[in-house]
Amino acid sequence: MKFKLLAAAVSSIALASPVFADLVLPWMSYRTGPYAVAGIPLADGYADYLTMLNERDGGIGGVPVRLLECETGYNTEKGVECYESTKAEGSLVYHPLSTGITYQLIPKVTADGIALHSMGYGRTSAANGKIFSNIFNYPANYWTAASAGVNYLLNENSGSLEGKHIALLYHNSAYGKEPIRTLEGLSEKHGFELTLIPVDHPGQEQKSQWLQIRRERPDYVIMWGFGVMNQVAIQEAANIRFPMENFIGNWWAGAEHDVIPAGDVANGYKSLVMNDTGSEFSIYDDIQKYVVASGKAAGAGDNLGTVMYNRSLYMAFLTHMAILKAQELAGTSDISQAEMIKGMEALEITDAMMAEYGLANIGPAFSVSCENHGGPGLGAVSQWDASAGKWNLVSDYLVADMDLINPLIQADSLAFAQENNITERCN
Amino acid sequence: MLYREAGDFKTTYREDNQTFPIKFDRYRYYAVLAVAFLLIPFLINDYWVNAIFLPFLIYSIAAIGLNILVGYCGQVSLGSGGFMAVGAYAVYKLMTAFPDVSIMIHVFLAGAITAGVGVLFGLPSLRIKGFYLAVATLAAQFFLVWIFNRVPWFYNYSASGQINAPEREFFGVAVTGANADSWATYVFCLIILTFCGIVARNLTRGAMGRKWMAIRDMDIAAEIIGVNPLNAKLSAFAISSFFIGISGALFFSVYLGAVEVGEAFGINKSFLILFMIIIGGLGSIFGSFAGAAFLVLLPVLLKNLFVAGLGWQPDLATHLEFMIVGGLIILFLVVEPHGIAQIWRLAKEKLRLWPFPH
Repeated sequence: MKFKLLAAAVSSIALASPVFADLVLPWMSYRTGPYAVAGIPLADGYADYLTMLNERDGGIGGVPVRLLECETGYNTEKGVECYESTKAEGSLVYHPLSTGITYQLIPKVTADGIALHSMGYGRTSAANGKIFSNIFNYPANYWTAASAGVNYLLNENSGSLEGKHIALLYHNSAYGKEPIRTLEGLSEKHGFELTLIPVDHPGQEQKSQWLQIRRERPDYVIMWGFGVMNQVAIQEAANIRFPMENFIGNWWAGAEHDVIPAGDVANGYKSLVMNDTGSEFSIYDDIQKYVVASGKAAGAGDNLGTVMYNRSLYMAFLTHMAILKAQELAGTSDISQAEMIKGMEALEITDAMMAEYGLANIGPAFSVSCENHGGPGLGAVSQWDASAGKWNLVSDYLVADMDLINPLIQADSLAFAQENNITERCN
Repeated sequence: MLYREAGDFKTTYREDNQTFPIKFDRYRYYAVLAVAFLLIPFLINDYWVNAIFLPFLIYSIAAIGLNILVGYCGQVSLGSGGFMAVGAYAVYKLMTAFPDVSIMIHVFLAGAITAGVGVLFGLPSLRIKGFYLAVATLAAQFFLVWIFNRVPWFYNYSASGQINAPEREFFGVAVTGANADSWATYVFCLIILTFCGIVARNLTRGAMGRKWMAIRDMDIAAEIIGVNPLNAKLSAFAISSFFIGISGALFFSVYLGAVEVGEAFGINKSFLILFMIIIGGLGSIFGSFAGAAFLVLLPVLLKNLFVAGLGWQPDLATHLEFMIVGGLIILFLVVEPHGIAQIWRLAKEKLRLWPFPH
C-alpha cells in the first residue's frame, strides 16, 4: 500500500511537471559582488526583453520563452555550478558575461553541443568558426575594439600616431589582457609608444597606476576596466587632471554608473560602443506597456535606458533573431540545441529587422557565417556629457584593421585547435 | 549498544594502535569507502560531480594539507591559494610539455614541485612565528599570483594569460578536458583523496606527527627534548604544500579546466581553506573533510533550496546565503570552538557510554 502511494505520488509529480514545449534561455547574472553595478542592468535588460516577448507575442514563434537566471557573482566556480544545473533543461544559448567563465565553458559547450554567445567579450579568436564550432562573439570583439579605438585616434590626429604615447590601463585578468596583442601590433604599425599598466582585481586601489600616468604623461589612456575599477579610474584621472577627452574606455567601461560617481569632472570621458545608447528606441514603449506597467519588470526596474540595459536588450534581440532563424531553418518552433547553433550560424541582421523590432539603428547590420562567428567588428566612440547626463556618439562605426587582426585570430585559434586536436570545419 | 569497546579484544600492538580501534567505526569506514568507490560512480550525473563532489574532494585534499601545517605543526599560513596556483601551473606545464605521460604522474609531480616552493617560503618560519609568520606567508600568496600573471612562460604565452587543460588520460580513460566522463573525474579525484587521507593520517600519528605536535604545543620544550625544529617545520611545510599542490593541480585540470590565477587562486582561496580547517577542527583529519563539506556543500544546498525549491530571486538567495553561512560560522565557533571534529568526538564519547552514562 505504501509503495503504491509512493508510486502514485512520484508519477503525479512526473505528470505535473510540464511536458509542453518552451525555449530555455539561461542567464548567468551577477547581481552580487564587485561587478554587480554592471551585472544588474545587464540581467534586468535580458529578463525584461524576454518578459515582453512572452506577454506581447506569447514567446517566439508561439513557443513561450523560459529564463533561467543563475547567480555567479562573476566567480568561475559558481559559473560551473550554474552551467551544470541549467544545461540539462535544454538551454539554447549561454551568455556567460565573464571572460573567465567563457574560457571555461568553451570546451564544455563544445562537448555538450550547446551554443555560447559572448557578445563583445570572451575569447576573441572564437570568431574563427572553422575551429570554434559552438562559440559566437558577433558583432564585435576585444581586438576589433582595440583597433577601432586606435583608428579613432588616427582620425583625430589626421592619420598619424607617429611619436604619440598611449597607455593601456587594464584589469589584470584574461579580460584585460585580451587587447594587448592587438595593441602591440598596432603600435608597431603606426609607430606609437605603448605602455601597459595593470590594475589588480577588483581595482579599488589605483593610486600607483595613476602616479605612473602622471609621471609618464601619455597622450592617451585606453582603459579595459570593469565594475568598480572604472569609477575609481575616472576619479583618479580627474584627480591628476588628466584631460578626459584623451581618456577612452572600452565598451565595458562606459556606462552611466562609471561616470556619475565622479560628477562633473567626468565630462568629456569617452568610451567605445558596439551598440547605440539612450532610451529613444520604440521598443521602450512595448517594455513600458507589457513589462513595467504590469509590474513584471526585473529587479528594481530602475535601469531602463542605461547603457548596460541597452546592451542587454541588444543581446536579447540578437538571440531572438537567431531563434527565429533557427525555427525557420528547422521548420519547427520548438528547436533543439543543435538547431539553435545552425540558426546562429545563419543569422543575418538587417536595418529593416532592427527597425521592425523597435531597435532601429541600435547596431550595425551584419551577417554570420560558418567561417566567421565574429561579425564585422565595428566600434564607435561615444562621449559623456555630464551636464545633460547622457552619452553621445561622436564618431561613425569604425572599421577595425582586419589585416592585422585576422592573422592574430588565425594564430590563436590554431593554437587552440592544436592543443585540443580539432580539425577545421566549413571546408 | 553497537558502539563500544567491550568484548573487542586486541592481542597485538598493531591492533591496539589502528586508526579505528572500535569495530563499528572500522566497518563504517569500510562501508563509506565501498559506497564512495562502488556505488556513487554508477549513480551520479554531471551536476552532482561538477557542482558537489569534485569541489568537495579537491577542497578536502587542500584542507588536509593546510591542517598538517596549521593544525598539527602550529605554523599559521595564509599562502594556500598561492601554493594551489603553483600546483595548477606546474601540472599545466607538465601536461603540455609531456602529453604522453599519465596525468596521475603529473599530478604527483606538481605536488612535489609545490612542496619545494613550500619549503622555500617556509624558511622564515625558523625565525618568526604566529601572526608574523602569517604575514610572511601572505607575501607568498601575493608573490606567487603576481609571478604567474607576470611571466608569460607559465601560461605558454597565450593571449589572455588563461591556462586551459587539454585532454589527458589515466589508464585510457580521459579525466581532464571537456570530454571526460563525470564518473571518471570523480573516481580519479577520489583515488587521490583516499591516498592523501591515509598518508596524512599515518604521518600525523607517527614519529613525524608527534614532532610536529611537540613544536606546535611548545617549540622550546620540543627543542630541549630533542626535536629538531628545522626538520619538523620544514617537513611540515613540504608535506602540507605537497597536498595543497595536488589539490591545486586537480582544481585546475579536472574540475575547472581553465583558470585565471588572480581570480581562482587569490587571497580569498587562502582564507576559504583556512576557514575550512578552523570550522572543521584544527589538528584533525576528519575535521578537514567536515570543514570542506560545510563550506562547499552548504552554499549549494541553500541555493538549491531557495532558488529551485522556493522559487526566490537568485540575488536574494545569494545575499541570504552569505548571511546564513556567516551566521552559522559564528554560531559554530561560539558553541564549539574546536570545530565540527570536536562535536563528532563528543558524540562518539557519548555513544560509547550509551545507554548507561555515569
